[in-house]
Amino acid sequence: MSPWTFFLEHRAEILEATANHLTLVLIAMAFAIAIGVPLGMLIVHRPALRNFALGLASIFQTIPSLALFGFLIPIPFIGGIGRRTAIVALVLYALLPILRNTYVGLTGIDPAVLEAAEAMGMTQSQILWRVRLPLARAVILAGIRTATIITIGVATIAAAIGAGGLGTFIFRGVAMVNDAVILAGAVPAALLAIAADLLLGLLERRLKIS
Amino acid sequence: MNAKIAPGNADPTIQFQNVTYSVNGSVHHRIVSDIRFSVASGQTLVLLGRSGSGKTTLLRLINRLLIPTAGQVIVCERPTTDWDPIRLRRGIGYVIQDAGLFPHFTVAENIALVPSLEKWDAARTSSRVNELLTLVGLDPAEFASRRPHELSGGQRQRVGVARALAADPPILLMDEPFGALDPVTRAELQREFSALARRLAKTIVFVTHDLREALLLASRIILLENGRIVADATPREFPRIDHPEVRAFTASLAPLAGAQV
Repeated sequence: MSPWTFFLEHRAEILEATANHLTLVLIAMAFAIAIGVPLGMLIVHRPALRNFALGLASIFQTIPSLALFGFLIPIPFIGGIGRRTAIVALVLYALLPILRNTYVGLTGIDPAVLEAAEAMGMTQSQILWRVRLPLARAVILAGIRTATIITIGVATIAAAIGAGGLGTFIFRGVAMVNDAVILAGAVPAALLAIAADLLLGLLERRLKIS
Repeated sequence: MNAKIAPGNADPTIQFQNVTYSVNGSVHHRIVSDIRFSVASGQTLVLLGRSGSGKTTLLRLINRLLIPTAGQVIVCERPTTDWDPIRLRRGIGYVIQDAGLFPHFTVAENIALVPSLEKWDAARTSSRVNELLTLVGLDPAEFASRRPHELSGGQRQRVGVARALAADPPILLMDEPFGALDPVTRAELQREFSALARRLAKTIVFVTHDLREALLLASRIILLENGRIVADATPREFPRIDHPEVRAFTASLAPLAGAQV
């Protein structure tokens, strides 16, 4: 069977898996952003917490994804088989690029601008919200973009612990030694990643301040 | 702590009383040592010196960006350490070399920074912004909604001066504000600022390494060398002081004087 005929015959199922996949990614990204950006803001003036948070996020990033899913299964509350565990793992993966870019964006600001802000009598929190954050938003978004692309890819592996998504086809295809089935999962996942990259790239350029 | 520096309710003088500042309080890293001088209300004091002589450090001690290691700096009748730093700084205008304008703000928003922190109403703020743009020689209709990257270096510096003056602070600190400009623009801004300073009657402390600029703007010049004051004189007396560092600075003018333009 050619990949194309398989694709046409299973299009409803593939579409559903794509929607599932996208939901998984969106939920994970929402959590990762909700944790990563505020944490990045918090570590600007706290060096001890900074080293800890960046170090921990880097460690998560180095654990092979399949192993990370496996490690999480036996953990109570967040673990087990299914979507919840997958989301936890995806959040841990997405955290580093978001956290690091938030921190780098907030601290990589022209020192003259920060000096002026301080000398004009802005408080540290006013400087953070009204100067650092608006000037860092393109860099923060670049981190979110990287994290989104990683998450779309890693989410295919989430199928191994029963979280559904496009990975279901890939694992099934590998087991059946059937390229058409693998492609039915891999091609939509790749297209999702490309679309996310283009969309967020566009947004990033609009946020950039000359 | 709720006292507010505002024109008229405190004497805008600055006094350095035996001030030493060293990095981390170490005796080996003294940036300035045993500095004593005072700036009277309405005076333009120029701090002159080579790079690394400690002049910017003195400026930053005035608005409490730095705190003295020993001695104290009195601003508007109170030591800087007694001031709430935020209140102190909002009463002191600050202009730096690269202007430090906020790239994400328009010209008008940059100038309105301190008024917005002080929660002025919109009408008062916008009339003040227009007044200041006119004062620094920029047409409000043309420049108010521009962003800093759409301005020339000279225009940015004009906006920097307008921003510092926004809430009408009695004291103005300027750290080589014209240092990065081309010579023609610099001379233009120096002349205009000199006239402006006379008109505004603010207490101004101006840092430069350019003796010509110092002679043009100062009512008094203090020369620093390695963190110590080596000369303190009016522009008229200054060139005649017998000190090697003074001679080094006056010699820096000589080739230009000899060129017979």
